[in-house]
Amino acid sequence: MISFEIPETIEKTVTMIEAVATEMMRPQARYYDEHEHEIPWEYINFMHEALQSADGGVSMAPEGPKDEDEPMLGKPSIGYQGLAHYVEMLSWGDAGLYLCTPRGGLGAAAVSAAGTPEQKAKFLKRFNGDKAVFSAMAITEPHAGSDTAAIKTTAVQDGDEWVLNGEKIFVTGGHKSLVDTPGFVIVWATIDPDAGRKGIRSFVVEAGTPGCTVTKLEKKLGIRCSDTATIVMQDCRVPFENMLGTVEQKKTSEGYKGVLRTFEVTRPLVGASALGIARAALEFLVEKLAEGGFEIRYGLPRNRMTNLEAEVIDLEAMLRSAWLLTLRAVWMVDNKVPINAEASMSKIKAGDAVVKITQKAIELLGPMGYSREHLLEKWFRDAKINDLYEGTGQINRLIVARRILGYSRHELS
Amino acid sequence: MFGFEPTEEQKLLVEAVRRYAENDLRAAAHEADESGELPPDLIEKGWELGVLQASVPEAYGGFGERSAVTGALAAEELAWGDLSGALAVMAPGAYALSVLLTGSEDQKSELIPPVIEADWKPYVAAFVEPEYDFHAGEMRTTAVASNGDYLITGRKARVPFGDSAEALLTFASLDGRIEAFAVPTDAEGVQVGEREQLLGIQALPTFPVTFDKVRVPASARLEGMDASQVLASFNVAAGALAIGLSRAAYEYALDYAKEREAFGAPIAQKQAIAFMLAEMATEIDGARLMVWEAAWEIDQGKEAFKSAYLALSNAAETVMMVTDRGVQILGGHGYIREHPVERWMRNARGLSTFAGMAMV
Ligand SMILES: Cc1cc2nc3c(=O)[nH]c(=O)nc-3n(C[C@H](O)[C@H](O)[C@H](O)COP(=O)(O)OP(=O)(O)OC[C@H]3O[C@@H](n4cnc5c(N)ncnc54)[C@H](O)[C@@H]3O)c2cc1C
Repeated sequence: MISFEIPETIEKTVTMIEAVATEMMRPQARYYDEHEHEIPWEYINFMHEALQSADGGVSMAPEGPKDEDEPMLGKPSIGYQGLAHYVEMLSWGDAGLYLCTPRGGLGAAAVSAAGTPEQKAKFLKRFNGDKAVFSAMAITEPHAGSDTAAIKTTAVQDGDEWVLNGEKIFVTGGHKSLVDTPGFVIVWATIDPDAGRKGIRSFVVEAGTPGCTVTKLEKKLGIRCSDTATIVMQDCRVPFENMLGTVEQKKTSEGYKGVLRTFEVTRPLVGASALGIARAALEFLVEKLAEGGFEIRYGLPRNRMTNLEAEVIDLEAMLRSAWLLTLRAVWMVDNKVPINAEASMSKIKAGDAVVKITQKAIELLGPMGYSREHLLEKWFRDAKINDLYEGTGQINRLIVARRILGYSRHELS
Repeated sequence: MFGFEPTEEQKLLVEAVRRYAENDLRAAAHEADESGELPPDLIEKGWELGVLQASVPEAYGGFGERSAVTGALAAEELAWGDLSGALAVMAPGAYALSVLLTGSEDQKSELIPPVIEADWKPYVAAFVEPEYDFHAGEMRTTAVASNGDYLITGRKARVPFGDSAEALLTFASLDGRIEAFAVPTDAEGVQVGEREQLLGIQALPTFPVTFDKVRVPASARLEGMDASQVLASFNVAAGALAIGLSRAAYEYALDYAKEREAFGAPIAQKQAIAFMLAEMATEIDGARLMVWEAAWEIDQGKEAFKSAYLALSNAAETVMMVTDRGVQILGGHGYIREHPVERWMRNARGLSTFAGMAMV
């Protein structure tokens, strides 16, 4: 059935999160923007406890699409649909702080999506402990970003261990996952440098593993509250079973496909985060215009509108279209409808929308919009990352194009 | 619960409409556009799919419940086949559904059955006006009360089948409010002009109609006008048509791009073309979801005025972008009338002004 009815449980939780966003995130946003690399413990601990006590109802890393053997209790899951709403609302509060939300993150998402039941049990348990714990995903290297198959970090088997060597950059939450809390980082490495993408696997590297060090924290345009770390691995040893996936998958290129599948889940969630920022900016724009006595008249033909009305209406439509694409993608994940191009579509549209909306909002609010007195200029800076990480706008276009054309990466690169 | 999949029943309907759109509308579209004529059999066959009939309760001669979502799904398929044909098949819906939405019990019982109980007949709406800044909220066609009757005066445009229409559901401003009046075509003062010559939808005969103090009884006015809901339903219909037309151009361009070679490879293997296609696909999906959402709100009895307006605004933007790229991807060949993309581009430009010609 086609329906846009928000499930009650999601709606209730969103209302709770809105209070956090309004009362805690917005007031702290500027401080952490100006104090890069300071850790927002108050937010982290609050969120950890809040999520902990939410009766298991709210997880920032729901189980991956459930396996056939897991009973569904007759109800389709709405986990990712909920998550998209929560991420949107938290990012509406502040995207930098949202990226510091404990209990999961990209690393946990990868374990959920690609790990075996034993791996899930072993690595995900820590998020439910007394203290906040983080996880991260390390793919990017200095010379290889979009071209993930070109990574050079190696994993060599030595008895019942893997020995990792290489350098990872731009790891979101890398410091929090390895230094500040007993978390882990999912590291992409090749077990056969001559095999190209077929040789790539992902490994769980836990905090405290000898040979794994955080060597740098980046200074950024926006989302400054989120740490972006460089991680160096020198003869870093992890147990054999820390390679994600089953033994069979470990022998084939299924391993690589498994990790790619993570993106089908994380891309719409990045989209949701983008759209929280976009909504914040658009609401601010409309609110300031209203304070100035400017009302948007809906229903007019374009030749009767002011330019300002036309601009705002276009931004609203853009935001709605992007949000519905995002919602559809997570709905597909929840309902186990195979994702074709939909995850990347949501990411393209959300990335475009947030960049356009924040840039336009400043333009339309003139000198006031440009001032650091308001958070709008921060949202403009925060926005841009959404067009870059989890696949740039171009890479997601490439993916959509390949899927709709039925092309391999050789036919379209 | 959110849901993004049509029901089984809706899927069956869509499948039937798609077959008609492909085998009949699409097959006839080129010839119809060139000659400016839609074969009556073609319209009748589309009418017999029963989309409108299934939207009207039995009490008024139909066999179902109105669902804007279902209507939008069907409209998309029809427009995928051909926009002129789609508007022809749907024209009586603008009349009958307006009555269904806002007529009194008596009006519904009297006005709807003749429209839907028999073969397709041109019962149509006269909504659009010819001025460049036409705006539904400020119609220049007016109705004034006169001795218990109403006198309607003004000019309408884009009236489908105006020359042969059985009756015109004429929208006019009454003391600044939108009202609709069932006007017999032979009423005194109704004058149907020369057939309009338009940029697109050339197979659909549309006419300007002038009303010069046309006297209608008070009972001709639909009693429960809810302008917001009527406008929303018009906008959703036009939006759904825009999606169908967009999809037609997108699919055609995609297939062509995989076939056509330049510099030793299919042009689709060039990012400049492939990225255009990726954006077309993304925008179409987003625009469709907005149309669905507005339609769903209508079905839920929610206030859908704004969401329907935004949905059409976005769909109209999308259809122009997509059909323009359709021509662009075919290059010079796209400019030649042997390919449908130039027709789709011409048809697309009209959609921002076609609200009022069809309803779901
Ligand atoms: C704040 C921040 C946080 C991040 N977090 C993480 C993280 O947690 N984990 C992680 O692994 N990485 C992370 N990244 C890395 C991010 O995913 C990469 O920066 C991104 O994938 C792009 O890679 P690159 O920077 O090497 O750009 P490049 O790959 O060098 O691309 C440069 C430009 O070329 C374009 N381009 C590249 N290939 C193509 C092609 N085939 N066709 C068309 N255009 C192309 C790109 O779109 C881009 O515009 C983060 C980055 C930042 C800035």
